[in-house]
Amino acid sequence: MPPILELKGITKQFPGVLANDHIDISLNKGEILALLGENGAGKTTLMNILYGLYKPDEGEIFINNEKKEIKSSVDAIRSGIGMVHQHFMLIPVFTVTDNVMLGEEYVRPGGFLDREKAAARIKEISDLYKLDINPDDIVEDLPIGLQQRVEIIKLLFRNADILIMDEPTAVLTPQEVDELFAILKKLVQQGKSIIFITHKLREVMECADRIKVIRLGKVVGETTPKEASPEGLAAMMVGRAVDLKTAKKPSEPKEVVLSVNDLTVLDQHSHLAVDGVSFELRSGEILGIAGVQGNGQTELVRAITGLKTPRSGSIKFLGKDITKSNPRKITELGSAHIPEDRQKDGLVLKSSVEDNLVLNTYYLPPFAKGVMLQRIPIHENAQTLVKKFDIRTPDIFTPTYALSGGNQQKVIVAREFSRPIKLLIAAQPTRGLDVGSIEYIHNRIVEKRDQGCAVLVVSTELDEIIQLSDRIAVMYRGKILATVNANEVTKEQLGLMMAGVMPEIKEEKKTTEQIRELVT
Amino acid sequence: MDKESTTSQPKRNFFSIFYEELSKSSLTIIILSIISGFILGGILVIVSSPEVYKAFGSSFAEGISASWKIVSTTYSSLFIGAFGDPAKISAAIESGEKTKILNALGPFFESLVVSTPYLFTGVAVALGFRAGVFNIGAEGQLQVGSIAAAWAGWTFSGLSPWIHVPLALLCGAIAGGLWGFVPGWLKVKTGAHEVITTIMMNYIGYYLIYYLVAAPFRDPNEVVPKTPWILDSAHLFRFFPEPIRFHLGFFIAILVAVVVWILLFKTTWGYEIRSVGLNMSASKYAGMNITVITVAAMALSGAIAGLGGASEIMGVYWRQSQALSSGYGFDSIALALLAQNHPLGVILTALLFGFLRSGSKVMQLRAGIPIYIINILQAFIILFLAAPAIIRTIYRLKQPSTKEAIITSTSLSEKK
Repeated sequence: MPPILELKGITKQFPGVLANDHIDISLNKGEILALLGENGAGKTTLMNILYGLYKPDEGEIFINNEKKEIKSSVDAIRSGIGMVHQHFMLIPVFTVTDNVMLGEEYVRPGGFLDREKAAARIKEISDLYKLDINPDDIVEDLPIGLQQRVEIIKLLFRNADILIMDEPTAVLTPQEVDELFAILKKLVQQGKSIIFITHKLREVMECADRIKVIRLGKVVGETTPKEASPEGLAAMMVGRAVDLKTAKKPSEPKEVVLSVNDLTVLDQHSHLAVDGVSFELRSGEILGIAGVQGNGQTELVRAITGLKTPRSGSIKFLGKDITKSNPRKITELGSAHIPEDRQKDGLVLKSSVEDNLVLNTYYLPPFAKGVMLQRIPIHENAQTLVKKFDIRTPDIFTPTYALSGGNQQKVIVAREFSRPIKLLIAAQPTRGLDVGSIEYIHNRIVEKRDQGCAVLVVSTELDEIIQLSDRIAVMYRGKILATVNANEVTKEQLGLMMAGVMPEIKEEKKTTEQIRELVT
Repeated sequence: MDKESTTSQPKRNFFSIFYEELSKSSLTIIILSIISGFILGGILVIVSSPEVYKAFGSSFAEGISASWKIVSTTYSSLFIGAFGDPAKISAAIESGEKTKILNALGPFFESLVVSTPYLFTGVAVALGFRAGVFNIGAEGQLQVGSIAAAWAGWTFSGLSPWIHVPLALLCGAIAGGLWGFVPGWLKVKTGAHEVITTIMMNYIGYYLIYYLVAAPFRDPNEVVPKTPWILDSAHLFRFFPEPIRFHLGFFIAILVAVVVWILLFKTTWGYEIRSVGLNMSASKYAGMNITVITVAAMALSGAIAGLGGASEIMGVYWRQSQALSSGYGFDSIALALLAQNHPLGVILTALLFGFLRSGSKVMQLRAGIPIYIINILQAFIILFLAAPAIIRTIYRLKQPSTKEAIITSTSLSEKK
């Protein structure tokens, strides 16, 4: 059977760089093809060409053996290609029905919208693929995982046969990822074909039928999950051997740096997000806070870093009460914070690299004399840090939005690590980053610990927690369910705890199969 | 939590999108927009002139020549109105008489006078934009500034000009600052959007002045409500004898623009203002006091606009009448955007707007073209800036893509 989609010799040249270099890809009907590559490898450019957003310099696209010119997304949709973007294209205040039929409205005679007919069709699609979507829900009330399904329904509603998923798991919780994979399997069973763009090894191993690895605009290998190993894939992707395990010495905890006592914090809707949390963190150790997104970790970090005033309880940093202190005071006491949302909290995206590198020290000497900024020390600081932390940027005046995610994170790490610090709070330090950057940032965090810093790592990635932490505290519904030593616990046990189940009662519950096999 | 990640991108409303579009435009786009504005203005002049239709009625060639004639008269009289008549100027220079030269250069100096309030309000609005606030209230701030300066101008007698002038200017700045402070304070305390509140403050200011001039501040000797004349000691220095009104306010305005530039780009306060304007969350994370910075920027913006009002009263009018609807405050939004909110760029765009405004009066007299053509022309310029795609299409400019820049930058570094 001929492939449903074939890309032949696709080449796209941007000024100064060959983003796609004669890429050949074919997609068979009813398979999931994973496109694996680091950020900036050219995956997204390729898919934008397929979706009609860019015009290729060379190359041809065949759909069902028929040569097609795709000049716009309208052409792509007509040819049966649909794309779920990394950032959803939904109108939050509209219902599911209105969002889905936007641009493809069902009308009654007289030009009135026929919402019932559209809703019925959505219900039908939802039932067929077990998407569990209610057409009348308002989109902004839905969790992210369900919003993504609305995006999928949008494509199916337009009769797409080829679905492109651009980094679909970046925003999902582990449970939602599992559910998404189940849905994707269901879709291919029904005859749809899927291209899955990702840089996460675990995901391709788990759900792809075939894997194409792209590096620097070229296809560098093709394999299947059966034949491939995570290490092999990582090496292919990065172009060198990558250490997937962070080597670290046993911890040597010393004095207590941070002590949190019976802390309660409300979230933005005034619901109790952190509910009576207590823990102690000592210098020279890494405490990992594990938990599914949305169990109070964000609010806990915001409270400790002064971005949110707790409702009750106390936080002590080196013996000083900082419960009601502002972020500046806490920073000045020697705390560093890698925020969960690096683009929103960690960087002023439109400002240059050098300005972002002094974001919380700009008012201190040598960067300021009185109220006058001192440009020369700011330049020098930036040049030193760019070199030391291997921030890949054309120059220090480049706005940070032009950097890749990994390099943006390095700007934050460089800024926070270049001050003398006694406490490091790293929230989702490697979310959305490629393997090379993850390795780099993990090593830096462990290095800080070895220098005697107390480190609090918050992550929803089990692997990250297990690799980095000396002790692990599992948060569930605002409480710390248990604190365990990292070397005394298995991934399965942690996964159960994250789902709110203590491992002792493992046999009684049949949730084990829901816990994902973690590959990397 | 999920909610938080969906809103992780800063909220974009209509204004921020509009603003972003404008501030992204490059210098080429700006210049081409200005040129296109003039071209479209010319077309508008043609289609709105009855003579052109009449000429086209008799023959096509005559129509074309009539069109050409009306456009060239319009723009040449606009030029003469703004800069003075070149023939007169050269004749005056040849004669060598000082008064003649000054008279010939009169329109030029008058244009500088008209540009002065634009400078103040333009810098005020630009400063607000930098701090992420839309100060639509420069108009009201200018007006309360002028009445406050006028009050100080006639109330305090027996002062030396060295004290009286700064005092009156200060009163204007304080009044304008107050008019900016209130919306800023409402924004941080209650979340009221400054676009709404500054517009409301405009009305409050307008009717407050209407009342003040009608009753408490009214000069009893006047039939039409007017305030008393300000004292000579509160006059801003005029460089030339009557009728040339060119006054010290112009240089104060330039100084303000330079000071604001230094404030924004050379000081830690400016760093904070710009950071808050670009990303409030990150500024909070970095330990900046968002509340204080927002309110201070708004108050400072108002104070600068108020200073503009003071300079008008003390340099040009010497008294306040009712219904002082200048339009300076609203035009200044456009010219600040045209200058991409750069205080030094505002100097150029304020001069452009000032010369256009000043020249348009002569244009109306000599070519019979309504003054409003200039407003439409300015509107075209802003429209083109806000929709750079139009300009790029007309002039076949290449679309700069941030995506491409990203790819270039990563690949460059990978080669290292």
